[in-house]
Amino acid sequence: MINKTVKDGKEAVADIPSNCTMMMGGFGLSGIPENCISALLERDIDGLTIISNNAGVDDFGIGLLLKKRMVKKMISSYVGENAEFERQLLSGELEVDLIPQGTLAERVRAGGAGIPAFFTPAGVGTEVANGKETREFDGKTYLMESWLKADFSIVKAWKGDTAGNLIFKGTARNFNPIMATAGNICIAEVEELVEAGELDPNQIHTPGIYVQRIFQGKDYEKRIEQRTISK
Amino acid sequence: MLTKDQIAQRIAKEVKTGQYINLGIGIPTLVANFIPSKIDVVLQSENGLLGIGPFPNEDKVDPDLINAGKQTITMTKGSALFNSADSFAMIRGGHVHLTILGAMEVSENGDIANWKIPGKMVKGMGGAMDLVASAENIIVAMQHCSKEGQSKLLPECSLPITGIRCVKKIVSDLAVLEIAPEGGFILLERAPGVSVEEIKAKTAGKLIIKGEVPEMVFE
Repeated sequence: MINKTVKDGKEAVADIPSNCTMMMGGFGLSGIPENCISALLERDIDGLTIISNNAGVDDFGIGLLLKKRMVKKMISSYVGENAEFERQLLSGELEVDLIPQGTLAERVRAGGAGIPAFFTPAGVGTEVANGKETREFDGKTYLMESWLKADFSIVKAWKGDTAGNLIFKGTARNFNPIMATAGNICIAEVEELVEAGELDPNQIHTPGIYVQRIFQGKDYEKRIEQRTISK
Repeated sequence: MLTKDQIAQRIAKEVKTGQYINLGIGIPTLVANFIPSKIDVVLQSENGLLGIGPFPNEDKVDPDLINAGKQTITMTKGSALFNSADSFAMIRGGHVHLTILGAMEVSENGDIANWKIPGKMVKGMGGAMDLVASAENIIVAMQHCSKEGQSKLLPECSLPITGIRCVKKIVSDLAVLEIAPEGGFILLERAPGVSVEEIKAKTAGKLIIKGEVPEMVFE
């Protein structure tokens, strides 16, 4: 059994260089790798390209990396909740590539699965299709989209073992399992790390083959964006 | 004129037992409140859940359980969780029967614009482009006119579009309309107290009127 355990977020991200491409799991603030984000903030790097569905909020998540001017480009589907993001975008300090959410997910999946391109109906006839190849299948037009890969993918899981197997909880799963497959080095932080053999193999969402480093995270804040209660 | 709740209530009448449904943010989310308990449907959340339940009580709030609007939610009996690629596979694959979403503009051939206003901050399309390109039935909840009184039901969309020839039906604050296969808004129902003349005046696209147009009925 290959032991993939590292001590903490600091050790996990210690070799991430400037100007690399990084995937980061999460939907909104749910299922984001909080410990790795904190550890990245301590690093003196910049010029990062981050592939993530959203860009955090001003004072949490990827928003913190933006505020420290560590990010050169975001590849996302929805970025609405962040004033600092908006400022950097409008001033031209930050590049943004907006992609339909399903296309983003499938491009990441394709990257991890070794499929260089695929055809999707999403975006046909819109500005998303500009410059892209289209083709007709069974009378309907589809758009060619290519795979996405990254130097590092950073994911957050609920449980994991020392072999890198991961189990996610609730909708905190979102982009995490597919991003785990598409990073050259995948770093997983988990709420509960156990010895290999302690997780039921029937319940594994992400097989350990995709994960190169794993550690037990701590002090999860799990901030809620829209706390909505039944009346 | 209908309130937002009434628009949601009218759309809920389109929902049929056995459907898997994706509800967009805003008025579409309210539709869930008006689906009668005898109608069995499953609500899909594109961030990875089939079986959205009501909002939680204070003691059941779980940060690991949110909807696509990032609101805390609960799960119904028989729910299933999955990743984002699986979620859009079920959307693109045509397994989600009905998509209900908001719009800034709809054209008479069923094009929809709802993600971008040039010159303003662009927040992104989220899952809207995937949803409108894929669902077999798309119902739009919208205001008939802008705050300035300009019609949002147009011959052609003026804003950047989200999807082409995809909208089947519109429920606005004034009317229920269907997109004709050959183009045009077929007027099906009027909001209580709203005349055909008013709807005509406020619809910039081609309006098709076939005989008497009934008023909507609310139970």
